[in-house]
Amino acid sequence: MSQSTHHGDPDALIGPGHTMATLTDKISGIVLTQKHPLQWFAITGIAAIFASLLGLTVLNLFFTGIGVWGPNNPVGWGFDIINFVWWIGIGHAGTLISAILLLLKQEWRTSINRSAEAMTVFAVMCAGMYPLLHTGRPWLAYWLLPIPNTMGMWPQFRSPLIWDVFAVSTYATVSMLFWYVGLIPDFAVLRDKATKKVQKVVYGMLALGWRNAARHWDRYETAYLLLAGMSTPLVLSVHTVVSFDFAAGIIPGWHTTVFPPYFVAGAIFAGFAMVLTLSIPLRIWYGVDDLITDKHLDNMAKVLLATGWIVTYGYAVEAFMCFYSGSTYEEFMLLNRLKGPYWFQYWSLLLTNCLLPQIMWIPKLRRNIWALYFVAMSVNIGMWLERYIIIVVSLHRDFLPSSWGMYAGSRWDWAMFLGTLGFFTTAFMLFVRFLPMISIAEMKALVPHKPGLTTGGRGAAAHH
Amino acid sequence: MAQVFPKSSNTLSKASIVVAGLVVAALGLATININRTTYVNTQSMPIDQVVQFTHTHHVGSLGIDCRFCHFSVEESSFAGIPPSKTCMGCHSVVWKDAPILEPVRESYRNDTSVEWTRVHDLPEFVYFNHSIHVNKGVGCESCHGRVDKMPLMMRENSLNMEWCLACHRAPEKFLRPKDKVFTMGWDPVKELGVSQEELGLKLKEENHVQSRTNCATCHR
Repeated sequence: MSQSTHHGDPDALIGPGHTMATLTDKISGIVLTQKHPLQWFAITGIAAIFASLLGLTVLNLFFTGIGVWGPNNPVGWGFDIINFVWWIGIGHAGTLISAILLLLKQEWRTSINRSAEAMTVFAVMCAGMYPLLHTGRPWLAYWLLPIPNTMGMWPQFRSPLIWDVFAVSTYATVSMLFWYVGLIPDFAVLRDKATKKVQKVVYGMLALGWRNAARHWDRYETAYLLLAGMSTPLVLSVHTVVSFDFAAGIIPGWHTTVFPPYFVAGAIFAGFAMVLTLSIPLRIWYGVDDLITDKHLDNMAKVLLATGWIVTYGYAVEAFMCFYSGSTYEEFMLLNRLKGPYWFQYWSLLLTNCLLPQIMWIPKLRRNIWALYFVAMSVNIGMWLERYIIIVVSLHRDFLPSSWGMYAGSRWDWAMFLGTLGFFTTAFMLFVRFLPMISIAEMKALVPHKPGLTTGGRGAAAHH
Repeated sequence: MAQVFPKSSNTLSKASIVVAGLVVAALGLATININRTTYVNTQSMPIDQVVQFTHTHHVGSLGIDCRFCHFSVEESSFAGIPPSKTCMGCHSVVWKDAPILEPVRESYRNDTSVEWTRVHDLPEFVYFNHSIHVNKGVGCESCHGRVDKMPLMMRENSLNMEWCLACHRAPEKFLRPKDKVFTMGWDPVKELGVSQEELGLKLKEENHVQSRTNCATCHR
């Protein structure tokens, strides 16, 4: 394990002493070796148990119906939609890192983009499950698609819920494509380094005949850039559409114009928190702190701080507009958040999302993994609470006091939430085990060149 | 270790993209159309009944009016299934010992119902009313087909929602004069010398027929 970053340049994006060959060996070695850290087995084992719990919950849901969940009148949206929004928000960091930071030529994205993209794909899978199961009859989910069905009907195009279907499915498709296209050169490396026939065949098929030819690189670069261009608007559009699910309704606390930008910022906030949650342990277990350096952590902490402030601004505007609108119902909604039965969740949200991340102002703490991990977990919880507040507090007491009620997640709600966490972790751990978690090809562009040698972009530097 | 894939794999993999695309398209088409097949909607399949009642004979050859048996079709949502005494009106004299009619006689003796299997069985979530259709000039034939030519009763149409909507969106394509509702094989061109289009629009106007496509029209 290299500890060298701690002695060298604190802003280096790659530890000293790395050459193209050592990078290839180190990253592909994680996948091709027979030795895996004990933690991998422990975490995967536990996560797989929870993933099985997900299977059990879904089966129970199919055979019993969505009555096993907590939602009922007047709170018709519960954990299902809270968790949907939470997961899809987490998925946002992937595209932001892969697309926007690529277009902005932020080199520090390189070592975290692969795992962030994987995280995105798995988070979107978890997110997608919820609305489908929330329909109560998931086997009829194809009704959501505009296909010439036997009902002679199209979906309601004026409903934000159908925009959601398009936004999320587009996002899932583009994220998968982005992830896969980026993996192709690395699949070729694994294929060439593989010593077992089965590895050779599987990675070979996935590599799509990649031979490292100049023409391959040329097309790869074009495709990658095009995908980045296509997915950039998605970073903004997906969570904007998700926010319309609320903002297009007339419920107090939902019907606000600040929702789209503040949802997008919250999504990036949540996403970066999850990237930190995942990359800090990986860094320790796999000794890749010379590739995911302190500089990376520092930058991510800054993104967290910046988006955290946008989110905080969103909360402030929300609260101000409740007062400024002069609407009794909006005013009541705010007071109900502050002093109502869910006051604890609201104040915890302000603590975890707004207050605690402020420790990131201190440069030393931005490079301290314990402080970072603490803030990341705090934001993970805070962003979950945010959706809880938006959905539950607005619905449980709206216009008519006679229709007020209370909501609490049932044990099956919790089981499914833990289940998706298990599914997500299992999928991510399998990714770490079977795919290169850091882009080998792109990392090579960061290797310092010998003096006198000048080469082009990533493509030219990626030969090994 | 040497490479496992020969050069020809390149061609194969390119071809597989096309094949995969075709497979996906085919599966998609199949998924959409499976509910339109008679395999799923059991359209055009005669259904087993306790008595092999034939509409061909009763309607076609004897010319009995639909309302003789389906007595409530003009006043009720339900067209009505005749009590066995309606059958026995004739069959206490005609074919009075035929073994095939034993279930009818038995029900008459015991004052029980003949257990017919419903042929046009709409789902519970669909509200349907016969009387409004019949009174606005939708012929029996338009939905039930040439019943006078069905030796055993079967569903002429799929009863898929798109089928209902085809008429609800454009009723003029099916309307006929009110006194022709119970006639089988009625044709506006032959009988009146006008096209269905022309007649339909006129009847739509006269009888105040509206295109009803609101969800709550049928799903109440």
